[in-house]
Amino acid sequence: MEEALKSQDHAHAPAEGFLRKYVFSLDHKVIGKQYYALALAAVFIGMVLSWLMRFHLVWPNAKIPGLELIAKTGAPGGIITPEYYLSLLTMHGTLMVFFVLTNAPFAGFGNYFLPIQIGAEDMAFPRFNMMSFWTTFVAFVVLVTAFFIPDGPPISGWTAYAPLSAIGKDAGPGLGWGQNLWVISIAIFCIGQLLGSLNFIATTLDLRAKGMTLMRMPISTWAWFITSSIGLLAFAVLLPACLLLLLDRMAGTSFFIPSGLVVSDRLQNHAGGSPLLWQHLFWFFGHPEVYIAILPAVGIVSHVLTNSLRKPLLSAKVIIYSMMSIGFLSWMVWGHHMFVSGMNPFSSLLFSFPTLTITIPATIITLIWLGSLYGANIQITTASFFALGFISMFVSGGVSGFFLAQPSIDIYLHATYFVVGHFHMVMGVAAIFAIFSGTYFWFPKMTGRMMNETLGMLHFWITFVGTYCIFMPFHYLGLVGNVRRYASFVDDFMPALMPVHKFITIAALTTGAAQFIFFFNLIHSRFRGKQATANPWRGTSLEWSIPSPPPWNNFGGDHPVVYHDAHQYGVKGSTGDFVMQTSPEQILNE
Amino acid sequence: MSSTANTPMSLPPRSDLAKGSESGIWIALFAITMSFAAFTSALFIRQASTDWTHIAAPRILFASTAVLLLSSVLIEVSRRGFDGKPASQIKEESEGRMLLAATLVLGLAFVGGQYLAWRELAAQGLYLATNPNSSFFYLLTGVHALHVLGGIAALAYLLAVLAARGSVRRNLVNGVVVYWHFMAALWLYLLVVICVRL
Ligand code: HEM
Ligand SMILES: [Cu+2]
Repeated sequence: MEEALKSQDHAHAPAEGFLRKYVFSLDHKVIGKQYYALALAAVFIGMVLSWLMRFHLVWPNAKIPGLELIAKTGAPGGIITPEYYLSLLTMHGTLMVFFVLTNAPFAGFGNYFLPIQIGAEDMAFPRFNMMSFWTTFVAFVVLVTAFFIPDGPPISGWTAYAPLSAIGKDAGPGLGWGQNLWVISIAIFCIGQLLGSLNFIATTLDLRAKGMTLMRMPISTWAWFITSSIGLLAFAVLLPACLLLLLDRMAGTSFFIPSGLVVSDRLQNHAGGSPLLWQHLFWFFGHPEVYIAILPAVGIVSHVLTNSLRKPLLSAKVIIYSMMSIGFLSWMVWGHHMFVSGMNPFSSLLFSFPTLTITIPATIITLIWLGSLYGANIQITTASFFALGFISMFVSGGVSGFFLAQPSIDIYLHATYFVVGHFHMVMGVAAIFAIFSGTYFWFPKMTGRMMNETLGMLHFWITFVGTYCIFMPFHYLGLVGNVRRYASFVDDFMPALMPVHKFITIAALTTGAAQFIFFFNLIHSRFRGKQATANPWRGTSLEWSIPSPPPWNNFGGDHPVVYHDAHQYGVKGSTGDFVMQTSPEQILNE
Repeated sequence: MSSTANTPMSLPPRSDLAKGSESGIWIALFAITMSFAAFTSALFIRQASTDWTHIAAPRILFASTAVLLLSSVLIEVSRRGFDGKPASQIKEESEGRMLLAATLVLGLAFVGGQYLAWRELAAQGLYLATNPNSSFFYLLTGVHALHVLGGIAALAYLLAVLAARGSVRRNLVNGVVVYWHFMAALWLYLLVVICVRL
């Protein structure tokens, strides 16, 4: 009877056969790893693209051997043309924002750990879950295909501003089929994320184990839950926007293309459309998207820090409420990306105010982290160092947001490297640090082996110092007026800034090279790492109550029962200074 | 570390999937609502342009509206028939099954009606790219019809399961019914938009 119940319970039987086990798996853990692997592939390509860009900026006439093989017209003789520089830029941004920052911390870790942390055996809809990964994979393939078509990838940036993104070939190289592939890829990506978000929400609402009240969920689970709620609505807007863009491009409609537009000496056969409409739709998605990238990171960092500080954060509740208010406010601020777009100046004020308001919950979260450090007996691990590194990056990059949020200042800083510095630190590097932190922390659970801490620390310090060297000077460049999205800086005062650019490029190449330490550690530890116990970090949450790696049905067919929240550190428990969520023992003053 | 060992045997079985399917539909409806809100805001911004005109809503729309509403009534009756009976009692020949099939047919009729509406516009020389109004007409009706086709696929799946096993999970029925009603409500909204704004 019990056996029958168990197998009926589970949404799917144990996987058999190579395909079901590793390729078209229904197991959320395999799917989580697949997302992570896809993000690794994307981050590798994205990083190589950034090297090419940085290299070209400071040595514009140097040959890059072999590049002409991929880009016949884009890099004749291995020398990058200005247009191809923009192609690299577009693909870099698109890969990083969509396929790395969304895939790894949210879809990857979320898939693996959300069901486990709430005591479920799998996602609510395992089949949709598999589909959402493979949809995302197709989106990735479609995007990367743009490199191999004669025209090359689009040159319109990750924001694909209309009308140039809407009219096709006339607008420049890559804006024919390259841009088509981009739009189709992003539309497919939206479908994958919508399915994924739906799954995350249904799972969190329906499949929590007995005793797992919402407030007992770890902060990481909360972060994925809130993020999926944002994702559900944000991608539901980007998808229609992509559809409209595709219709403008392929069916001759004029949603985004204004009357009388002459491009490449040709009058475009469109009328009446509004380029601003694209910006509104895009940023209505785009600002929430930055929180889709950062909230899971906030969750992971909070989860790791709670563990390595060996005491609860000052207030987990306030962090959760702050994440909720960030999620809510993120819908009201999109116009801060459009201060110079020509929209009504009064709207600028209207968008500036909530933008400044949203800094309040972000600041509260940061202060809670910092306050919790006080008097804590922090464990020196690579995971906790990357978590601290995250805070550092998040603050350093976030502070410049306060300036950008004022329309009068932004008019000067918009489209300069100041903005590039801002979002790389607060979003790019910060989220990457959280991915690293999560990787060093959860690797033992995911693979049953420990990562090498010495290599980890080496990786951390080079990356930490290196990223500051790269992205801090960007702010300075922007302040003196160095424009963004240019392939070379030869005009006016900009040649004088070349030494700074050289410094940045060297830092970028070095820091990039240091990532191979990580790749090596990942692969080496997977096969040769020290065997991990079930709970190597003495953690409280449910993932540490099961073997490393977990069995296919997570809890071996048992129903975990939860007695405490995930923050019972620094207490006197039977196992030491912590009490697991599944331990029925009483905790005084709870 | 396994403090889960003493799991009480009295716990009710976890009906993971069964619970999931109904909230899944509600969550999906949020996303669909958001998408149509996006289309609507696009329409409001776009109509500020000087080339905004007016197109007369094809008459057939009202007939297909009636068809869709009728189908909504039928599926509701069907759902009530399922209610109160344990899943295993929903027999192949039950009236609920007939009603589901009727809903499916009416759904197809609705999509056919939309197709006739497009033909009617095309006969007036109004194509997707002719003017912004016609663009929005094809866009809104087309995306809605796609969603209805999704509902039809779900109905077909229900009927297939009923045919094969003689029973179907109540949650699955409920999910499809909620979705179907939502499609009817969404269509009423779109019809108002089409009549008033296009
Ligand atoms: C402290 C709160 C923040 C404020 C006040 C703020 C404000 C702004 C403003 C006003 C801009 C527009 C600048 C311009 O284009 O001229 C901007 C750009 C940007 N911000 Fe933030 N920001 C904050 C935090 C964040 C966070 C947490 C992220 C990501 C996780 C982020 C990611 C971005 C990105 C990606 C862009 C540039 C997009 C582009 O133009 O390509 N920001 N920010
Ligand atoms: Cu923003």
